[in-house]
Amino acid sequence: MTRRAALLAGGQALLCAGVVGRLYQLQILDRDRYTVLAEENRISLRLLVPPRGRIIDRFNAVLADNHQSYRVVLVPEQTSDIPATLDALGTLIEIADADRRRVMRDARRHHPFIPVSIRANLTWEEMAKIEVAVPELPGVSIEQGLQRFYPYASSAAHVLGYVAAVSDKELNGDPLLELPDFRIGKSGIEKSEDLVLRGTAGTSQVEVNAYGRVVREIGRAEGTPGQDVVVSLDMALQSYAIKRCAEEIAVSCVVLDAVTGEVLALASSPSYDPMLFTNGLTPANWQELSTDPRNPLQDKATAGLYPPGSTFKPVVAMAALESGAVTPDTVINCPGYLELGDATFHCWRHGGHGPMRLHDGIKNSCDVYFYEAARRTGIDHIGTMARRFGFGSPLGLDMPGERGGLIPTRAWKLATTGQPWQQGETLITGIGQGSVLATPLQIATMAARLVTGCEVVPHLVRQQGLMPAGGDRTPPNFPSMGLSHGQLALVMDGMNAVCNEPGGTAYAARITDPSMAMAGKSGTSQVRRISEYEREHGLRKEDEIPWKERDHALFVAFAPVGAPRYVCAVVVEHGGAEAAGGSAVAAPIVRDVLIEAQKRDPGRRVPNPETVAQAD
Amino acid sequence: MTSVSPDLGHRELTFADKVRGVRWDLIALVTAISCVGFATLYSAANGNLQPWSQKQMMRFAFAFIPMIAAALIDIRHWFRFAYWIYAVALALVIAVDLHGFVGLGAQRWIHVGVIQLQPSEIMKPALVLALAHYYHTLSSEDVGRVSKVFLPAALILVPVALVLKQPDLGTAVMLVMTGGVVLYLAGVRLWMFALGFAAAGAAAPLAWSLLRPYQKERLYTFLDPTTDPLGAGYHILQSKIALGSGGLFGKGFLEGTQTHMGFLPEKQTDFIFTIIAEEFGLIGGLALMTLYAIVITYAFAIALRSRNHFGRLLGLGLATNFFLYVFINTAMVIGLLPVVGVPLPLISYGGTAMVTVMLGFGLLMNISIHRDVRISRLGESQLG
Repeated sequence: MTRRAALLAGGQALLCAGVVGRLYQLQILDRDRYTVLAEENRISLRLLVPPRGRIIDRFNAVLADNHQSYRVVLVPEQTSDIPATLDALGTLIEIADADRRRVMRDARRHHPFIPVSIRANLTWEEMAKIEVAVPELPGVSIEQGLQRFYPYASSAAHVLGYVAAVSDKELNGDPLLELPDFRIGKSGIEKSEDLVLRGTAGTSQVEVNAYGRVVREIGRAEGTPGQDVVVSLDMALQSYAIKRCAEEIAVSCVVLDAVTGEVLALASSPSYDPMLFTNGLTPANWQELSTDPRNPLQDKATAGLYPPGSTFKPVVAMAALESGAVTPDTVINCPGYLELGDATFHCWRHGGHGPMRLHDGIKNSCDVYFYEAARRTGIDHIGTMARRFGFGSPLGLDMPGERGGLIPTRAWKLATTGQPWQQGETLITGIGQGSVLATPLQIATMAARLVTGCEVVPHLVRQQGLMPAGGDRTPPNFPSMGLSHGQLALVMDGMNAVCNEPGGTAYAARITDPSMAMAGKSGTSQVRRISEYEREHGLRKEDEIPWKERDHALFVAFAPVGAPRYVCAVVVEHGGAEAAGGSAVAAPIVRDVLIEAQKRDPGRRVPNPETVAQAD
Repeated sequence: MTSVSPDLGHRELTFADKVRGVRWDLIALVTAISCVGFATLYSAANGNLQPWSQKQMMRFAFAFIPMIAAALIDIRHWFRFAYWIYAVALALVIAVDLHGFVGLGAQRWIHVGVIQLQPSEIMKPALVLALAHYYHTLSSEDVGRVSKVFLPAALILVPVALVLKQPDLGTAVMLVMTGGVVLYLAGVRLWMFALGFAAAGAAAPLAWSLLRPYQKERLYTFLDPTTDPLGAGYHILQSKIALGSGGLFGKGFLEGTQTHMGFLPEKQTDFIFTIIAEEFGLIGGLALMTLYAIVITYAFAIALRSRNHFGRLLGLGLATNFFLYVFINTAMVIGLLPVVGVPLPLISYGGTAMVTVMLGFGLLMNISIHRDVRISRLGESQLG
C-alpha cells in the first residue's frame, strides 16, 4: 500500500506540475497578447458629434442653425414601476400609446441602465413642466441635443436643402456617419457644403464594463466644430420673392448680381418645410409632397426645364447680328405669317406687325421677324451663340441638382431621331420653341451676360469658414465673351423698348421710377400645339383650358436700365393666356422683385448687422 | 507533529489527550487559505465585504464546530456509522433528484430547514468513509477476488449515476476518481481497473447520448473556445485573458480590470482562481498552489502514520479528494480541462463545500489523534 500511495503522490505532483507549467505559459510567455486583449475589453472609443456649421446670408442672417432640442428619457433601473412612472409623466405631457409600447419594449430589450427615449422634440413649456416634477418621477430625466433648425422655414428650402439620417449608400467608412443621431446634408447647400459644415468628430476614451456601462472617461480629444458657410443670398429679398411668387400657382424666380454672378434670390414656389426631413418624414407628409402636381420638392429655378419662348430672342438677335445675317437696318415685313415650303408659320399677332427693323422686332416680340432672322442666320450660328450665353449645359452653380436644358443641333437631331435637320425647325428655334429647353437660372444668366458682355457664372457660396469661396469666378475675373458692344447695346435697346416705349409688350408692367427702370423680354411658351381647328374657330378661353395644358409665362429683365446691375428671370408655370402671358403674368412679378432688389441694393451695400432685423 | 507519549497506545484516549492531539498547524494552514478566499471575495465584490466575503467568514467560523467535533469523536464510531452516513448522503442526493431546485443550469440544491444543502458535496467524504470501511473489513486475500469488487463498484457508481442525472459532471468525475483511488490503494488488482476502463469505454457512446446539450457544448467549447467567444467559450476566454494579463506580479489587489469590469463570469465561485492570478500574478498563483501542496502533504503524512487500515484509506482518500478539488478547478480555469463545475476548496463562495471540506480536515485530525487505535474487522476497539 505504501508503494501505491507513493505512486499516487507522484501522480498528483505531476498533475500539479502541469498546472504550474500552464500558468507559466499563460502568464509569462503569452502575457503581452492577453494584456492587449484585456485593454481592448476595457477601453472603448466613443465619438463626439461636432456641432454642424451654420449657413448665413450675405448680411449675416442665419438661415440654418442648430437649436437645443429636449427629449425626455427614462432609465429603467432607476424606477421600480415603469407603467406607473409613465402614467405620472402622462399627466404632464401627452404620451401616445405607440410611444408607451415602444418604451416598454425597449426597456425590456436593453440593459436597464441605458436610457430609453420617451418623447423627443419637447417644447420649452413641456420641458419646464417635467423639470419641475422630476423629483416625483423616478428615472425620468431631460436630455439635450442639437437639432437642425431653419428660421425661415420654407422660404429658402431649395437653396439650403435639408439634413436627414445617413442612408446606407452614403456610408463611406467614416464612423461618424454611423452614429444614430448624426444627420447628413441631403440636398442644396447642406449637401454641396456638407464636408465644410460637418466638422470633424472628437473622441472620448471611456472605460466600460462587460455590460457596456461607462465607468469613467480616460481621455478626450475635442473635435473641430463644423464651419459656417456664407451664401450670397439676400434673405430679405429671397423672402420677398417667395411671397410674391406664392401669389401664383407654381412659379420660380432668380435674381442675380449681373456683375459678380452672385445669386441674390433663388425662389421656387410652392416650397416645403425642411424641418419635416430633419425629424424624419412621415409617410403622410411624403405622400402629400410627392404627389402634389405642383411638384414642391423640385427646385424649379435650377432644375425646371421650360421652352424659353420669346425670352430666347435676344440670343437669336445676337447670332443674327454677329453673323451678319441681319443688320440694324434690315427691314423684315410681317404679314402675320411666314410660308416656308408647304408649311405656314404664324406670328402671335393675327394681323401681323408690318415692316420693321430689329429694334421693333424685339419691342413687338414679332415672331415673323425672328423666323426670318433665324432662317438667314442658320441653326449652327444660333446654337453656338446660345451656348455662349450659357444654354445647353449646366452653368456650374455650386449647388447640386442643376440641369442643363437643351439646344438642338443638326447632330443631335440625327442622333436622336435619325432624321436630318429641317429648316422649319430653325424657324421654331428662332422663337425659343421646338426642342429648346432652358432653366430659369439659364435665362437670368443670359441676361447677366448680355448686360456685362462677360461669361458670368452664377454662384451661391461666398465664404467657407474664414476662407472666401469661388476663386477665379469672382469679378473682375469673368472673361469677356468677345461680342461687339455695339451689337449688345442694340439688343439691350430693344429690350428697353419692350418695357419703356408705348406699344412694347411689357409697357404696362414697366417701372415708372426712371432711376429704377428695367428693360426686359417677355415670353410665352406653348405646352401643346395649337390645332388648325382652334386657329380657325378661335382659341379657347384661358379658364376653359386645364391648368396643366396652359402656356408657361416667362419674363427676364435687368435694371437699372442706365447701369444694369440686377437681373431677374421669372417663369410662371401654365400662367399664360394667349400670347400676352409673359407680359401679363410674369412681368409684374419681375417688376416688383427688381424694385425691391434696387431698394435694398445688396450688390453695393456694405453688409451690416442691422439689416438682419429686417430679414425677419 | 505533536509528540504523544509512548504509552498512549496502551490505554483509552482521554478527552484531554484528544484535545492535545488536535493538529493546530493544519488548522493554521486551512485558516491561511481561507483568508486568501475572504480577501479574494472582498475583491470580487469591488472592495466590499458584502455580499460574499462576510458571509463566507461566518461559514468558516461555523464550520469549525463540525471540524472539531469530527476530530474528537472516536474513530470507531466513524467506522461503525460509515455505511449509515453513506446511506444518508445517498438519500439526500436522491432527494435532490426528486425535489431539488435548479441553479446554474443544474439541479443541485435542496432546502433542509432554512439551509440550502448541496448533497453532492456531502457525498464525497461519505463515499470515502464507506469504501474505507468496506476494505477495512476485508481480508487481504478477499481484496483480490473479483466477487468482492462489485459492492464497492456499486457504492461508487450509484451516486455517480444520480449526480450525472442532475447533471453535475464535476462531482461525478470526482466521485469516480476518488473512489477509484481508494480501490487502488486498497490493493484491487490492476487488470480489474483495466476491465473497468474497457467497460467505461464501451459505455461511452451511451453516456454521450445521455449528456445534456449544454454539457456537450462545454466539451466542444473546451476543444476550441474561440469558436464561440460570446457564448459558451466566453467564460474560458475571459478567464485566460485575466490570467495572461496578470503576468508575473499581477495588477495589484482590487486592480484587476477583468474582475472589476464584470468580464469574469461566476468569479466568486468556480472562476475565483482567475481573480487571484490576475491581481497577484504568477507569484500569487504559485503561492496559493504551494499552500495547497503543503496541506495535501500533511494529509498524506497523517494517513500514512495511522496504524489502522481504515484510517490510512480514509486519510489518503480525503487527501486525494482535496487534491482533485484543487487540480480540476485550476486546470479548468486555465483551459486544461473542460468547465465542469468544481469549486476551489476553502476559497470559492459556497457553504456546503466549505463545511464538508472542513469536515474532511476534522476527519484527518481524527485519524491523527487516533493513529494508534486498533479497529477490529467488526469495528470493536482493541488495544495495540
